[in-house]
Amino acid sequence: MDELPIRTGDDVVRVRQQVRVVAAKTGLSLVDQTKVVTAASELARNALVHGGGGLARVEVITSALGKSGVRIGFTDEGPGIADVDLALTDGWSSGVGLGLGLSGARRLVDEFELTSKPGSGTSVVVVKWSR
Amino acid sequence: MDRVPILKIGTTLFVSIQIDLQDESVVRLQEDLADELAATGAHGVIIDITAVEIVDSFIGRMLAMIGSISRLFDAETVLVGMRPAVAITLTELGLSLRGVRTALNAEKGLELLNGSA
Repeated sequence: MDELPIRTGDDVVRVRQQVRVVAAKTGLSLVDQTKVVTAASELARNALVHGGGGLARVEVITSALGKSGVRIGFTDEGPGIADVDLALTDGWSSGVGLGLGLSGARRLVDEFELTSKPGSGTSVVVVKWSR
Repeated sequence: MDRVPILKIGTTLFVSIQIDLQDESVVRLQEDLADELAATGAHGVIIDITAVEIVDSFIGRMLAMIGSISRLFDAETVLVGMRPAVAITLTELGLSLRGVRTALNAEKGLELLNGSA
């Protein structure tokens, strides 16, 4: 498992590059690699901009049926999200973007799990399986 | 932070993005292009993204804004060379890039600009 800090814009780029390398190694198609790297970019930026920085964990996983996939976990110690359902709505924005980051990232992956409480940071885990 | 160079060829500004874009680089490109449009009076901007592996919502929004800013300087922006995987991902992300025209490659982009001049 690779652990990458997210403290600067350069770190967001490094997370993207690492996810690309692992996704390619896992055997994801080019389109699926692009989708998961794009989702990782959105979530890494969220951790940086809204969470004040955080950590990304990238790993290869195997399903019960023997399929392989890439799993990425993002954690931050930011203010957290008060209304998770609202934050996942297309077009809802905290003010700096289009409101497509979180909802768009969810569409681009196979599994998406967000846990957050106001005051205790946010954690997002996504999985993209090879086909 | 890496900067993206802007080339002026005739009345067109040509930008080829060859780096892994971080947010600050795209914001800088937007400012540099506005300055360059004001200084040169160019009528077209071609942005080549052949080498760009991903366009996420931030980068996409910035590209669309470059299109809007260019129009204020009487210039048209054409985005060229988008990879198929990027096009599919952008669409699924929900980004339409309204405000910028697109062409298959730089040559077709130039034709588009010259045809509309």
